[in-house]
This record gives sequence, C-alpha cells and structure tokens, in this order.
Amino acid sequence: MSEIARSLVTIVVQLGVLLTMASLLIWVERRLLALWQDRYGPNRVGPFGLLQVVADMVKIFFKEDWVPPFADKGVFILAPAIVFVTVLASFAVIPIAPGIGVTDLNVGLLFFLAMSSMGTYSVVLAGWASDNKYSLLGGLRASAQMLSYEVFMGLSLMGVVVQAGSFSLRDIVEAQRNLWFCVPQFVGFIIFFIAGIAETHRLPFDLPEAESELIAGFHSEYSGMKFGLFFVGEYLGIALISALTASLFFGGWLGPFLPPLAWFLIKMFFFIGIFVLLRAALPRLRYDQLMSFGWKVMLPLSLLNLVVTGGIVLMRTQR
Amino acid sequence: MISIIRTLWRVFLHTFSGRVTVQYPDEKPYLAPRYRGRIVLSRDPDGEERCVACYLCAVACPVDCIALQATEDEYGRRYPEFFRINFSRCIFCGFCEEACPTYAIQLTPDVEMGEYQRPNLVYEKKHLLINGPGKYSGYNFYRVAGLAIKGKGKGTNENEDSPVDVRSLLP
Repeated sequence: MSEIARSLVTIVVQLGVLLTMASLLIWVERRLLALWQDRYGPNRVGPFGLLQVVADMVKIFFKEDWVPPFADKGVFILAPAIVFVTVLASFAVIPIAPGIGVTDLNVGLLFFLAMSSMGTYSVVLAGWASDNKYSLLGGLRASAQMLSYEVFMGLSLMGVVVQAGSFSLRDIVEAQRNLWFCVPQFVGFIIFFIAGIAETHRLPFDLPEAESELIAGFHSEYSGMKFGLFFVGEYLGIALISALTASLFFGGWLGPFLPPLAWFLIKMFFFIGIFVLLRAALPRLRYDQLMSFGWKVMLPLSLLNLVVTGGIVLMRTQR
Repeated sequence: MISIIRTLWRVFLHTFSGRVTVQYPDEKPYLAPRYRGRIVLSRDPDGEERCVACYLCAVACPVDCIALQATEDEYGRRYPEFFRINFSRCIFCGFCEEACPTYAIQLTPDVEMGEYQRPNLVYEKKHLLINGPGKYSGYNFYRVAGLAIKGKGKGTNENEDSPVDVRSLLP
C-alpha cells in the first residue's frame, strides 16, 4: 500500500515540478537569448522579470479559444494534447537520482523512442485538422522532418545500448561509472543531440513552425490555450532531450562532491542552455537542406557508428 | 561544421560584452546640444521677445505646422499676436531655425513631449516662449538692424549711418 502511495506522490511531485519548470523555461529562454543578443530580457515585471511568465499565462487564458468552423473539431482539440501527453509520459522513465524516478522499465529507451514517434502524430493531425492549405503543408513538412530524424536518433542510441548492454535507462547510467559515454560514443552523442533538436523542432530546424515561414506552419489556426499547449509541449520536449542527453551520454547523476540530484539538474540545465545558444546563434536551415543533411550525412554516420561500436564490443568479449 | 562551432563560441562570448540597452525612464540617453528636439521661442538679452513675425519660418516649414499673425506695438516693434505650432505635424527638421533672421525660433534637445489627447499637441505662444536667449546668447536683432523701436532711433546703432536728408542740397 505504501508502495502505491509512494509512487503516486512521486508522480504528482514530478508532474508539478515539470509543469513549473516548463513555464520557467519561457523566462530562462528569453533572458538567455537577450544575454547573448546584448540586451536585457524581461526585467520590469516582478524581480528579474519572473512574473512575466504569470503575465503570459494570464494573456493566453484570456485569449479567445476559437475552433475554426471548417475544422475537424475532435482532432483539432486532440492534437496539442498528444505531444503534451507523450512528452510527460517519456519523463516517467528518466532516472533523476538513485532513489528518485517514477519507474524503471527494462525497455526504457525503447519506450522513449516509441513516445517520440507518437509525438509526430500531433503535428500531422494539427496540420490536417486545421483545414487550411498552409497548415497542411507545414504539418507535412514537420512530420517528414520528425520522421526522418527519428530514424537515426534510434540508431545513434543503439551504440549506447550495445556498450551498456541494456535498454533500461538506470542500467545505462550505472554503466557510466568509469567513463561517461560521451567519450567512446562521441559521434553518437552529436547525432543524438542534433536529432533531438530536430524532433522538438527548435532552431536551426524549426522551419515548420517559424513565424515568418508559411504563415506559422501547422499551428497557424491555433490560439489561446491550445497554442499554449503546443508551446509548453515544445519546452517540455527540450527539457526531455536535455535530460536524456545528460543521462545517456554524460553520466546522469554521477559526479564527485554534490548530491546526485544536483548533478542531474546541472547537466540538464547545461544542455538546455546549449539549446538556447543554438537558437541565438544559428540561422534556420531550408527544408531541402534539412532533409538532405539528415539522410545523406547523419544516417551513414549513425550506421557507421553502430557498426564500429558493435565490432569493438565484439572484439573485447571474444578476447 | 567548424564554422558552426566557431559561431557558437563567438555568440557565447557575448555573455561578457555587456548590454547596450538604455533602461529608459531610469537612465536617459545622451542628446547632443544641437539635437533637433522641442521648438522654443527665445528672448533678447534685454528680455523682449526676439520674434518679429516675419513669417519666414511658416514659409520654410515643409509640413505647414506653424501658424502666426503679425502685429505692432505702439513704438513700431513687430511681434506675433499668436504663434501656434502643431507638434503632431512637426517633423523636427530644423528648417524654421535656419530660416529665422533673429534667432528667435530654436530647436532644443528635449524629446519628452508625450500627450494623451491630440489637441494638447498644438502649442501656443505661451507654451513656446522661454525666458532666456536659448542657444545664441548676446544676439539682439535690433542692435544690428536699422529699424526704429522704443529706446532706439534711426541711425543710432554701432555700424549704422545716420539717415540722409534726400531733399537737402548739402553734401
């Protein structure tokens, strides 16, 4: 009985922390972007502009939550919820610290890959249900981008799995006690990180949803809380990819002096900072450049990585 | 790829280069003394208003935002009966300041002129007139011109010749 209670408390606390963190990420991103663009971000509302998030939420709640009369109502309302639900579900398998974590599936990594594939549905359904040519095109582009980059996201993670010998995320973190996987799997780390950026469609891969491209892409018909859900879902996706990179390639909660939770948070926020730095620094990739980069550069590299890793591990175990 | 890493590093170094924002109501930006801001009407060193209502500024204004009417006092000195500038039209070009022969109308480096109601942007002479000489101290038009006003007759200025009697035959 206390097991169930403990799990429920962990789930509720994790949900609360995640949702708060996703809203705070809005503030973090705006301040960091401003820092790197030689200006101040929001600094008037509340101390250091922290209440800007509250102001934004009040604004989004008061916007007219309108469903276009020509749109497919059920699917239209469902689409933003899908990405939100899949990302929150993926957070359940991430090992935050030795005692903290909702669950530890022995196929945790496959679960994450499956959930991110489901996230593609939200984009394509949003584009389709809007009954708008531009949204449809934006949705098609976004789903093609997400599909192609998922292929080698999975392949690059296979190198980690081969080295750790298990799909469970906790075992992968434990297997990094001697050496973090970013050193032997450097190519895999780079490929996974780039694929992660494309999955959450952030700059430099955010052509499907950029405001000036194709009239804001697949979410041009969305306003009010549904748009807010897309937005918060995107920030949660950033947090998810950062947390995964920290766990899979940089040792998760392993580290010398500080408590494990502190190390995990430091590593996760470091990668979130890298996401924001990419947004501040790089121009957007054109769609054909994006697709050819994925299929012609990333896929052969990830296959090569997998083959070499498999070969080395096989040689070691033969000896 | 290397250029991307280089870009990321250089953008990261912007962390240390300081912000260029001027936090406006708390800090104000520097405006040079010749900055073309709010228009004023200045006075002589003697305290009389410089404007002789010659209409040159109204003619020079490219958007026709100056309106005035000339009148004379009992000693023959011209002055504007009313002088109105519509600041919602004014483009702050400075042509009126360049056209003025007496250095009366001047542009000052003051830009805080926001109003909530549009008619409040039309400034009358009582809003435009200042008590000092503005940017050009020491210049008095009537000390170099040949007109006769109160306290000065014809031909009494420094470089001025006395009037010639055109009907006399004497040299």
